[in-house]
Parts: sequence; structure tokens; C-alpha cells
Amino acid sequence: MYKKTDKLTGWYLFVGMVSLFIGGSLGPLQKLEHVGINLYRALNSIGLASYYQGLTIHAVLNALVWTTFFIVGFFTFIIPRSLEKELVWPKVQWLSFILMVIGLVMAAIPILMNLATVLFTFYPPLMASPFFYIGLVLVVVGSWVGGYGFYATLVSWRKEHKGEKTPFIALAANITMVMWQIATLGVATELLVFVIPWSFGLIEGTDPQLNRTFFWFTGHPLVYFWLLPAYISWYAMIPKQVGGKMFSEPLARLVFWLFLAMSIPVGLHHQFVDPGVPEGWKVVHFALTFGLFIPSMITAFSVIASMEIGGRANGGTGLFSWIRKLPWGDPSFTAQNLAMILFAFGGIGGLTNASYNLNLAIHNTMWVPGHFHLTVGSAVTLTFFGITYWLVPKLANKPLFSRKMGLWQAWTWFIGMVLMSNGLHVIGLNFSVPRRTMLGVAPYASSTWQPQLIEAAIGGIILGISGLLYYANMIGTVAQKKQLEEPIEMPVAEQYHEEKIPAWLDNWKPWFAITVLLILVAYGPILFDMLSNIQLTSPGFKPW
Amino acid sequence: MHIDPQERNYIVITIALVVIFATAILVSAFAYDIQVPVPYAEVNPNEVATPGISPWGDPLDERVRELAPNKYEAYILAQTWAFLPNRITIPKGSTITFYVTSKDVQHGFIIADTNINMMVIPGQVSTLTATFDKAGEYHFVCNEYCGVGHQTMFGTIIVEE
Ligand code: HEM
Ligand SMILES: [Cu+2]
Repeated sequence: MYKKTDKLTGWYLFVGMVSLFIGGSLGPLQKLEHVGINLYRALNSIGLASYYQGLTIHAVLNALVWTTFFIVGFFTFIIPRSLEKELVWPKVQWLSFILMVIGLVMAAIPILMNLATVLFTFYPPLMASPFFYIGLVLVVVGSWVGGYGFYATLVSWRKEHKGEKTPFIALAANITMVMWQIATLGVATELLVFVIPWSFGLIEGTDPQLNRTFFWFTGHPLVYFWLLPAYISWYAMIPKQVGGKMFSEPLARLVFWLFLAMSIPVGLHHQFVDPGVPEGWKVVHFALTFGLFIPSMITAFSVIASMEIGGRANGGTGLFSWIRKLPWGDPSFTAQNLAMILFAFGGIGGLTNASYNLNLAIHNTMWVPGHFHLTVGSAVTLTFFGITYWLVPKLANKPLFSRKMGLWQAWTWFIGMVLMSNGLHVIGLNFSVPRRTMLGVAPYASSTWQPQLIEAAIGGIILGISGLLYYANMIGTVAQKKQLEEPIEMPVAEQYHEEKIPAWLDNWKPWFAITVLLILVAYGPILFDMLSNIQLTSPGFKPW
Repeated sequence: MHIDPQERNYIVITIALVVIFATAILVSAFAYDIQVPVPYAEVNPNEVATPGISPWGDPLDERVRELAPNKYEAYILAQTWAFLPNRITIPKGSTITFYVTSKDVQHGFIIADTNINMMVIPGQVSTLTATFDKAGEYHFVCNEYCGVGHQTMFGTIIVEE
């Protein structure tokens, strides 16, 4: 069963992991530059032109490529198993992969040629080579195509199983893909209608404020596209891995529906300090963002409760001592649990960022990379690492090369991230140190920043070592001769209370309607306003 | 739908917390006037530096204006990779309103130890006001990537006794 699409999952993971390796290796270099150790000059000879070209590579490969490839590959693996049904359009799934790879290559070439040093947000009027934008569009379209195959499989399953509730994992994965499909319409509009014609010289000017607004229409839900697959693992797989049960499945479903409805109409919280966005709309998006805090808090409760069931089933007692009975010797669990702990801090920081005028204290300071290395850099990436500790052995049919190495990897990531993230948060908040800046040579840099910059650099180096441990383990796993003795199956948790799911939690229509309605309310008037006052005045610039 | 009583309480507390936090933020913003930038004016970035038709085209030493004792306004042009003017001297206790715009790419404008932090976007004018009660040197720093010289882009405010 599933042989053909499992092979495809392997390819998605392979491309994602190679991308993260290249992108990730630039991370420690950035940290070293900040403390005055500039290794970029040495890399000039192999064609790296600047810190900023490196930073573009780091963020595009880590945040856009690694995540998207992993997620589509992971869904290709979990959806058929959750439905106990082969994907109905295997060729379409392959087409998705091929489109994404073509897109990746097309975007990578201009980046590597220093023709697209625009960072991963590519804010106009910075103007990259058109092929960079077209490549990004193809990666996104490829992921859409993958989604169409998933939807078709779900539809076909529902026809065969009239009256049955959709299994949680398949439902959650499909909700994630639908959310992504709607969310990416923003960046698709930005690129296809404005930026690509402009970069080809077909239109002379573009409107930077409008383009930013379209970008963040996609930019915020993008982070939920990264996070929801990790939530699927935390909700529905981790309980099984710790010997527990899923605490409350109906609420888990509600949480995913809420993410569908509320991930998108909050994008303006990235634009609190934009001059061209009216105050009222900033307040609306601020309030909706606070609403989004609620499903995340429900997740925290349910996931911890599910683990507690496991800890107690393993003989744990007391208010907290059940925690010691969790499988801390299992790298898959340990990595994901440490990811959750880091995410708690990421969540608190996120609430700060979203707090309307509090954003003034941290916007575009080093606090921000401090924050998102806890979220996408840990909650997501470390969870995905944890998943690969069972998924890669399953796909390769070989045991994990070294359990110990996996544990070291998880803990070093945790420690390194605590140091790096703490240092970055503190200098951002206390000294307003700007992000995306070659601090090692900034004339205004102050010696008061040094203690935290050094702390962060040490963290960055530990993270680099952790990354090497991860790749050594993965290569060791795939390269060894040993075969798996017992087959590995996808962990699927049972429900704690066997109960009926109310019909409204298995029905797309009302949720779809709420999603569209919220988008129209939160974005309709402001986009209409901006479009009717459009100023296509900015020519392109290439200041790198 | 069955919800565990503990989980139900927890959700109620979560919602209460969110409401309390949001109220506190809104009070600070509107009762204490800690404000984010709001739309002020739109300009044409290709003409905004032209002398005679735009305050960002005036001679550098006229771009900081004293409106009343201890009350100033400053028209600062952001461009790759400088703020013009990049040196402003004011007496202690002054209130100064910044009007910043860009003639090329996006920039940022942040001043440590104040509530000033804004995106500078071509076509838009970003404005915020701050009062400087402590003497000393303050830096305004570009905090949005604007090209390979971005790390050199800053200016200084000297607040005199
Ligand atoms: C090896 C571990 C890593 C280290 C040491 C590291 C270090 C850094 C540093 C210091 C910055 C800030 C640079 C600046 O603002 O000038 C940065 C930016 C960034 N990193 Fe990482 N990082 C690592 C891993 C990751 C991972 C795993 C992800 C995501 C999956 C990631 C995503 C990003 C993104 C999106 C940016 C923002 C770039 C921008 O502002 O344009 N990083 N990284
Ligand atoms: Cu700048």
C-alpha cells in the first residue's frame, strides 16, 4: 500500500532537507558577523557577494522551501493513511512536486547570481530578476496542485463513507491546504498583477504600500501553514508516541476550523507601523489577532493533557512527576516536546508583537528574529526533525542510525535556541537594535550590545552543531545496510472519550462561509480604498 | 459536544485574559495617546526631493523648523543610504514631530528609548512625535533592509542641556 506516493514523500523530504542544510549553514555565519567575525570575505571566492545575499538564501531556503516541501511531502504520507485509501490522483501529486522543483530552481538561480538580493519579503521597489518571482509563484502553484489531489481524495472518501466522520488527521491536513490556497491569493495577486509585469518593464511603476498589504495577506497565514502540520503531530501522533490518548478530539477539530477562519484576516498586524494603513483597520486586525490566541491556548491544554494521560499510564504520579515518565529516550518525542516548550515563549512574544502600539517597541528590531526562531525555527523545524526521526526510517525501511545522536541533537537545538533567542530578544527590546543588518560593521553599533550579541553567537554555533548532528544521523540512517526488523507505522492516537463529533465540526460549508466573510470584512474596504487610490509611481531599484 | 470541565474553565480564563490584555492596550493607545503612525499624506517619490515644491527639497538646514519655543518639526528624507538631514540639535525638553519619506526603496526609522518606530515607504509620509526630556545623543536608525549599505544608514539627534 501507498508505495508510489511514499516514494514521492521521500523526494519532497530530500529536497526540503538539502535546502535547509544550505540555508541553515548561513545562520551561524550571520551570528558571527554580528560579533565582528566576518567570514563572508572568505566566501566571496565561491560567489557569495554579501551578508544580504546570504540572508536572502537563509530565509528563502529555510522559511519558504524547507517548510513547504516538508509539509506537502508529509501530507502526501499522512492523508492516505488517515483515510486508509490511496491518493486518487498520484500523477497530480507528482506534477505538484515537479512544479515545485522547477520553481525552486528558477528562483534559486537569480538568488545565487546575486540578481535577487531582496530578502524573503522582496518588498518593492527593490526589484529582483523576474525569474525569482516566477520561481516563487511556481513553488506556490505546485503546492496548490498537491492540495487538489488531497481534496479529490477526501471527496472520494466521503462518497464512499456517507455519514461517517472524517478521520481527524485527514481533515486537519485538508483544512491546512485549503487555508493555504486562500491565503496565497494575496501574494499571487501582488506578484502576477503588479510585480512581475513591473520587473519585465511592462508597467513603469508599482505601489509599495499596496504591495506590502497583499504580501502580508499571505504572510501571516503563512506562519499557520508552517505551524498546523506541527499541531497535527502534537495533537494526533504524540499522544500515541507517549502511550497516551487524544484528550478531546472535538475541540481539536474546532481549533483547526478556527485557524481556517481566522488565520487570514489578521495580516495587518505586520503593518502596525506602516504609514499608509488607517488606524481603524489596524485596530480591527489587532482584535482578530487576539482572537487567534484562543485556539492556540486550547491546543496547549489538550496536548499537555494528552501527554499527561500517557505519563500516568506509564506509572507516573504526582502533580508534575508524571513528566519524568514520558519517553525522554525517544528522539522523536524529545525533539517535539522541546519544540513545544520553545513555542510557549514564542507564543508569548507573539502576543506582544500583535499588541497594536506595543509593536512600536519591537518592530523590525532583533526581537523579531528572536521571536520567529522560536516559532518557525523551533516549534516548526524541531517538530519536523522529530517527525523525521520516525518517518525517514519508515521510508528508508532502515532503523534510525543513532538514537543517542538524535537526543543530543534535540537538546543542543533547545539550548542553542534559548541562548540565541534570548540574546536577540533582549537587544531588540532594550536597545532597538535593527534586524536584517550587518551589525558587525554598523557605525552606530554600541558596546552595550556586546554581552547579548556574544550570547546569541554562542547559541548560533550550538545550533549549527545541532544541525550537523541531525544531518549526520539522517545520512547514517539512509546509508546503512541494516534493514528495519519491525515495520514502523504512522502513530495515530485514539480518543480519550469515545464520543460523537457534532455534525457542524465535519461540515465545510459554514466554515468556508465564515472564512470568506471575515476576509471580506477585514480586507475588503481597505483593499478597495487602496486600489481606488493606487499610485503606480515607484520604479525599481537594485541597490546591492 | 462534551467538554471536560477543567478544559472549559481554562478556556473561559483564556478568553477573559485576552479581553483584559486587549482592553489594556486600547486604553494605553487612546487614553494615554501612545500612537502608531497613521496616514498623513501621499507624495510622488520621484518628485519628493525636488527643491521648491516639496519640504524634503528644501536646503538641509531649513528642514528642521522651530514652530514655537521647544516645539520643532523635522522633514527627513530617507534614501539609499542616508537620512537627510542626519544631524539635528534641539534643547532638552523639546517636542519634535518627524515627517519622513523615501525617494527610492523602503526604509525604517527607529529611535531607541522613545516610542518612535515607523516604516518609511515611498509614496507615503510617516509621522510621529516625541519629547526628549533627557539630554544626550540619540540615534535614528534605518531598520528596514534597503540594500548593501543599509547598515550605515543612521542619523543623530543631539539634545542639549
Ligand atoms: C542554524 C541555526 C540558525 C541560526 C544560527 C540562525 C540565525 C539567524 C540570524 C542571526 C538571523 C538574523 C539576521 C539579521 O536579521 O540580520 C536569521 C534570520 C532569519 N532566519 Fe535564521 N537561523 C537559524 C535557523 C533558521 C531556521 C531553521 C529557520 C526557519 C525554518 C530560519 C529562518 C530565518 C528567517 C525567516 C530569517 C529572517 C530573514 C530576514 O529578516 O529577511 N532560521 N537567522
Ligand atoms: Cu534604509
